[in-house]
Amino acid sequence: MADKESAEAVISEIHRRIAEAFNVFDNESSKSVDVREVGTIIRSLGCFPSEAELHEMIAEVEEEEPTGYIRFEKFLPAMTKVLMERKFRPIPKDVLIQAFEVLDQEKKGYLEAEELKKYMTQEGEPFSQDEVEEMLSAALDNKENVIFYKDLVSKMTFEDL
Amino acid sequence: MVMRAAVLIQMWYRKYVARMEMRRRCTWNIFQSIEYAGEQDQIKLYNFLGYLMDHFTPSSSERNLICHIFRENEVCRDAEWERYFCYKNIEIPEVYSGPHLTFPLTASQAAGLVESFKNKQQLHSRYVLQLLLETWKLLRILPNINRVSTCHSKEISICGDLHGQLEDLLLIFYKNGMPSMEKPYVFNGDFVDRGKDSIEILLILFAFLLVYPSDVHLNRGNHEDHIVNLRYGFTKEVLGKYRVHGKRILKLLQKIFSWLPLATVIDHKVLVLHGGISDATDLSLLAKVDRHRYVSALRPPKKKPGSEDQLSMDSDMEDDSWISRVSAGTRRRASLTYMKPFASRNDFQHRSLQDFSRHIIRPLREEPKDRRRQAEFTLSSQDLLQCSSTDPDSCQPGDVNHEEWKQIVDLLWSDPMSQDGCIPNEVRGGGCYWGPDVTEQVLSKNHLQLLIRSHECKQEGYEFCHSRKVRPPASLHICEGSHETPQEDRQSAMGGWRWLELAVLTIFSASNYYEVGSNRGAYITLGPDLIPHLIQYQASSMTRELTLTQRVGWTEHSALKVVREQLFAHRSDLTGAFQEFDKENTGMISLNDWARAVEAVLHLGIPWRVLRSQLVPNAPDGMMNYRSWFRELAIKEPDTEHIHQALLETVYRHRSTLETIFRIVDTDHSGLISLEDFHQTWKLLSAYLKMEISDEAISNLAISIDANRDGCIDINEFMEAFRLVDKSRLETGNLFQRSTATASRQTHLHMTSLHLTNLHVSCLQHSSHVTKRYVTKLSVKSLWLTSTLHLKVIFHSSPHVVLYSMTREESFATASFALMCQLEKEPD
Repeated sequence: MADKESAEAVISEIHRRIAEAFNVFDNESSKSVDVREVGTIIRSLGCFPSEAELHEMIAEVEEEEPTGYIRFEKFLPAMTKVLMERKFRPIPKDVLIQAFEVLDQEKKGYLEAEELKKYMTQEGEPFSQDEVEEMLSAALDNKENVIFYKDLVSKMTFEDL
Repeated sequence: MVMRAAVLIQMWYRKYVARMEMRRRCTWNIFQSIEYAGEQDQIKLYNFLGYLMDHFTPSSSERNLICHIFRENEVCRDAEWERYFCYKNIEIPEVYSGPHLTFPLTASQAAGLVESFKNKQQLHSRYVLQLLLETWKLLRILPNINRVSTCHSKEISICGDLHGQLEDLLLIFYKNGMPSMEKPYVFNGDFVDRGKDSIEILLILFAFLLVYPSDVHLNRGNHEDHIVNLRYGFTKEVLGKYRVHGKRILKLLQKIFSWLPLATVIDHKVLVLHGGISDATDLSLLAKVDRHRYVSALRPPKKKPGSEDQLSMDSDMEDDSWISRVSAGTRRRASLTYMKPFASRNDFQHRSLQDFSRHIIRPLREEPKDRRRQAEFTLSSQDLLQCSSTDPDSCQPGDVNHEEWKQIVDLLWSDPMSQDGCIPNEVRGGGCYWGPDVTEQVLSKNHLQLLIRSHECKQEGYEFCHSRKVRPPASLHICEGSHETPQEDRQSAMGGWRWLELAVLTIFSASNYYEVGSNRGAYITLGPDLIPHLIQYQASSMTRELTLTQRVGWTEHSALKVVREQLFAHRSDLTGAFQEFDKENTGMISLNDWARAVEAVLHLGIPWRVLRSQLVPNAPDGMMNYRSWFRELAIKEPDTEHIHQALLETVYRHRSTLETIFRIVDTDHSGLISLEDFHQTWKLLSAYLKMEISDEAISNLAISIDANRDGCIDINEFMEAFRLVDKSRLETGNLFQRSTATASRQTHLHMTSLHLTNLHVSCLQHSSHVTKRYVTKLSVKSLWLTSTLHLKVIFHSSPHVVLYSMTREESFATASFALMCQLEKEPD
């Protein structure tokens, strides 16, 4: 009995979190958001989908005849499932640092701005010009003009909801 | 291996950016909500006072306190006005080092004025009055709708809200040049309030208007209104800067505001106005109204003679259950500070103000189910204003009609929405929300192609909305594959393309409006081709060096301060709600319960769970101690310690309204009010809020502020005493760290999917016969995968949009057309 109650409580709390995040982007209280914001909403709820995974999820929740808007009715169950199944879990810090170390072939402990830029715009799911420049401006250590990725990871990882 | 590593890093970084965007959006919503709530509150207050006016016995002293704001003309005849505004006996002291003006004004004097203000000088009140008088004379002969043309290759520059931010106006002049015959300008309202240099901005704009009357055009905004100015700082600014003659200056400005034109039309095709339109907007009617009768757009019109019935904006306004009035599906977010339902007309009997203090209604805990509030535009059934003069400026009884009034209010207060239709603008309390169908209706009826408006702050300084299907411009080519498609085949080559035009452009010229780093400002230049070109900027050198993180952090800090204040202001109610979850009185509750309690008490539509980590920093194991949390929230000023908690909370909750009432009561604009009037103010406030406040509590309040016991209370001092000191700010000191690299976000190009990297957007030879200033290519601002089947291309500095619908078989990677992307850099 108690388990069922607490399971329900957990789900209703999850529903509330999803509704809140959704409403931030629902300016006209129309119960729908621009499809372009869905990525931000999903990520702000603590998930780390890749671009491809995101695209898949959007395809799942959009209308038969895509309108450019995603309705809350469809979004809620899909997102609840994602959170319950703990899909797209956060990347542990050490895994992230290892990823940087793969790119830092010379094992210098840091990456040059140009190096990182090259990787980010040419490999994986490339960044746009904007994205990479913003990342650099936040990440670059002014004095040395390099990125100390261990510090960066610590700085930019925070408590999840 | 490398690819996997790159993907991980990219995933992680995108998550970080999304987090930032969420925070930024929350913050933005909070600020916007406060702003609109203030406007809504102002209208409600004004209506409330109007209601009191209608129903008080004429002899009551309370009526005297407030009736002066309803009387437009204390002095009605022309000759008497001239005497009142006479500046001739104002002497300029020898020590005055500011600018001197001689009339008629010359261009170099206007430029000199700009220079002086840049150097922080102040114009002497004699010159102020003289300049304003000349402006008044000129405005009286201007039509309601300015008609302008871009002949002789003239480019027109259009600016949006400036809100007293002189730095932004100077930046615009620096980048674009000052107004002149070769450089005409349209200023689209809201020159004053909130910023600290409103009067200087007005003086500059008026000076250029006097020098170049055919090339400078001013539109009235909703803040060009003396009632709104009482709350939003312009009145305070003028009285602070001009202690002796401020009152006269304000009075003259009241008249000037009412004479400002309502709109501007460029080349018969582009309509520029401050707020927006409604489904009732009728330009030919607007061209004929006596605009100066509407001194304040909030002012209810007088009844027509002979009509016994009450006029009402909407016949179901009388219905108290506003829930039925709000149409399903399209509402806006709740206001931040206003939570009580507005009293119905029938609650107030024909009584004097004293009687209200006995009309006890405890602060409501129960709220109507739907939190959306509706402001009422109540109309008075009796004509209370006696105006007996023959001065054409004065209001004749019964000749101001409701239809006209609605047209003007709509023009100054409305906002666009994405759904079709036209509904009342509940959030602001005035005007309406209008949809794309209304835009289509009004534009096509008047043979217009673009509506430029302001009124709403936008992060990039501008925003397009409301698309209309149009035929593609003749000069455009769409390239398919690697070949230029010949003209004849162009139509068939269009294939799955739909060509749209964005018909509404919002332009906002006050950068850093909510807080340093919150938004850019922008202005438009429009040539004979009538394609708007947008130039963005951000005043303050600091912001250019901030990273996204820092900008978001700083603005967020400000917004959270307001939220904390509201939490503090509802301490009693919140404590009660927390205790519901803490039956054993341990002082601890879970974070989930915290969120639910706060939501239940405050009803603010704020995403509490999203902001939780910022508002409740100490919560090990998901449990928080709510008593110590309140203590951590803020430090009160020591003076207020002994004041009753409920009264204190009222002050914090309704600070802005309280201050507005003070300023209304302060009839001689001295900044001081007597103890007697102080008591009356509180009576007014308590009647408005339907709360009981005892005389003793008010006396205690008065004594605590009137430290020198001279029987007078300084309004500014009073408000200062009730400012929450932010404990976290004290501890962390300066939030601004040394800046790092420059943030160079010039344009946006969002690509939401892998597939888009293979796309190129080519275009678009835009043949322009005019000057080289026109871009020879239309360049892409953003290219979006709006869903799996639609690609939307929005061009920079242009209202054109292309929507391409793909078939299910098509994917971007295999798309047969080649489009080439180019980004246009913001000119420096």
